Amino acid sequence: MTDVRRRRPHARRVVGATVAAGLLALPACGGGSSGGVPTINWYAKEEAGGSMSDAAKACTASAHGRYRIKQVPLPTTTDEQREQLVRRLAAKDSSIDLLNMDVIWTAEFANAGWITRWPTARAEQVTKGKFPNVVDSARFKNQLYAAPLNGNTQLLWYRSDLVTTPPKTWDEMISQAEQLAREGKPHRIQVQGQRFEGLVVWFTSLLASAGGTVLSPDGTKVALPAGPTRRALAVMRRMSRSVAADPGLSTSQEDQGRQGWETGESAFMVNYGFVWPSASKNNPELAKKMRWAPYPTVDPGRPSKATIGGFNIGVGAYSKKRELAFDAATCLSSKENQLGFAAKSGLLPVTTSLYDDPKVTEATSDAVDAAGKPTQVKSFPYAKAIREALATAVLRPKTPYYNDVSLAITRTLHPTRDINPDKDVKRLRDAITKALKGEGLL
Amino acid sequence: MTTTVPAPAAAGHAAAVSTSKPKVRRRARSERARAERRLGWMLCAPAVTVMLLVTAYPIGYAIYLSLHRYDLRFPTETTFIGLRNYGAVLGNRLWWQDLTSTLTITAISVVIELLLGFLLAYVMHRAIFGRGLVRSATLVPYGIITVVAAFAWRFAFDPATGFINGMLHTQRAWFTQQWSSYLVIVLTEVWKTTPFMSLLLLAGFTLVPDDVVKAARVDGATATQRLRKIIIPLMKPAILVAVLFRTLDAFRIFDAVFVQTRGAQGTETVSILGYNTMVSRLNLGLGSAVSVLIFACVLIISFVFVKGFGANLSQQRGEG
Repeated sequence: MTDVRRRRPHARRVVGATVAAGLLALPACGGGSSGGVPTINWYAKEEAGGSMSDAAKACTASAHGRYRIKQVPLPTTTDEQREQLVRRLAAKDSSIDLLNMDVIWTAEFANAGWITRWPTARAEQVTKGKFPNVVDSARFKNQLYAAPLNGNTQLLWYRSDLVTTPPKTWDEMISQAEQLAREGKPHRIQVQGQRFEGLVVWFTSLLASAGGTVLSPDGTKVALPAGPTRRALAVMRRMSRSVAADPGLSTSQEDQGRQGWETGESAFMVNYGFVWPSASKNNPELAKKMRWAPYPTVDPGRPSKATIGGFNIGVGAYSKKRELAFDAATCLSSKENQLGFAAKSGLLPVTTSLYDDPKVTEATSDAVDAAGKPTQVKSFPYAKAIREALATAVLRPKTPYYNDVSLAITRTLHPTRDINPDKDVKRLRDAITKALKGEGLL
Repeated sequence: MTTTVPAPAAAGHAAAVSTSKPKVRRRARSERARAERRLGWMLCAPAVTVMLLVTAYPIGYAIYLSLHRYDLRFPTETTFIGLRNYGAVLGNRLWWQDLTSTLTITAISVVIELLLGFLLAYVMHRAIFGRGLVRSATLVPYGIITVVAAFAWRFAFDPATGFINGMLHTQRAWFTQQWSSYLVIVLTEVWKTTPFMSLLLLAGFTLVPDDVVKAARVDGATATQRLRKIIIPLMKPAILVAVLFRTLDAFRIFDAVFVQTRGAQGTETVSILGYNTMVSRLNLGLGSAVSVLIFACVLIISFVFVKGFGANLSQQRGEG
């Protein structure tokens, strides 16, 4: 008893000190300002090369003390980024002033009231000179909800030592690859067949190239016209059952495709531009033979349409510094910063004129030569191809139920070798109809 | 301290009513028992409160949510819809499909773990040299975070970066087929949690008195007979507890499947279904219904085991 009593004042003192320290610490973390300069929290994943925090620093400097941008890092995968952002936004987190949003989130976030609509004058400022279809990815119900930041789309990569003229269509590509297989040469085609978002990209690109869309223009009903849908599904089935398919197709994401390509066993690959600097580092011999062409189409008479990827900056709806946040987002998505994202992190710009800027066309990145010595290669030798592709590229379905629709598509089409075009058109329609109601399990 | 506090009161009481000695003593004891019980409740009240806060409240809230249409993306459309969410889950083929795959993974992995765990526990029990080393070596996999273990096994079986294909001289893409996906998932589970099983079983081995086994040996019982007639029956309570714990754990499997197949190839489990509905689709109502149903399944499993467990206990008491 006496022991305890003697200890008590001490314990009380410790508790008191802790509480006092907590109270002292509170203004420091809750107030969000340093030296009177308001802090704008920017929820964004840091990119390799540190381009995001560099942009934050540059904009802080150019704001001359009006605001300070603090980059709050997000997880690396987009799924995890969305989970974290959604959890905070649903709880009306006012600390989110700015957030980097994948192009597929706009409808969901805008519809839920988690991001702020851009006023007309400001909207004009951040969309001027940018690809119209990329800008469209930031719109919901004809209103702008985000500033386009960077854009991307897939290209067809092929080996110049194996392929003389790049194929225009998937059928042509598969036939060429099968011919290479008969000749005993590297013949695989790398494509994303895992049950994940990349499968939606593949399907959307094929469907659009065949002349169809997933949803009606207003995004409330299923479109999926029978003819184009069946054509797209038939291509996926043929591809997946061909000898040219990678044995790991049904678990292949973009990076597995890159790895499969760098082993030298593949003749073709549909993938994003990150495969270029990677091959230049890991397999310089192969990189020398790497060429690129537009994404293959479905019907010879119809041009291909790739799918848009990339990120936009939104302003959090519960932010207490919206006006400053708009300013900061405008600065972060400016031409200068887009050039910085390109040069440092390989993220391609969304302002069309930047594709002629020497800072993009002449940008270099680290590589190794055949002897294993460090050297430099052009970062974006394929920039022109991306520019042309982005100009005609399509968006994935725009609906607040995007995640449900995406789940419905991947679930119905995976594994792609078991696709039955005749039956699966209906299965897909049923699954997406259900997804658009937000009911039932998917 | 607890025994001394009520003593003066009880003594005074006994002195006041000193008519018949045994009666008074009983009453005094019950008085003391009551005081002790009161004190016991007071002492565990904080723990009970915390338990209620962290378990009962979320369970209650999940049940509440499951009776509503509640989608985070459509905050204004929240309405009470009764049992419709449960109808939507139970009426969907996917739920039954996922339940089947969950039960398959659970059954196969728990059986293998029990056999291996028993062997390991026996080795640990019998080890003469380096007992500590054997025990800590066995525990290493259990100390590894499940997600990390799942990644390690995924990378090992990866056709591009793994070493398994090289070892077996094949070109197999393990996660592209159902049986091989199940194989890797079950292997991961077994590797990771067999140590847990063997620890629980090791505790069971200490329940078996050495002299009983020795006596059986003197009576001429063979090793198999000693195992079947003496060791296993005596260890039954420990075995059942171990199997129950692992079954409940295995039934909620998420990490290994999520990391290795994301539920593709027919390996989706009910936990992944719940995750997809709740976290990915943000449909809290429907997702809560899935969670409540998983909870119900866990209750059913426990009920079945505890009933069986109880029966065995009494049987054993009868034998003793």
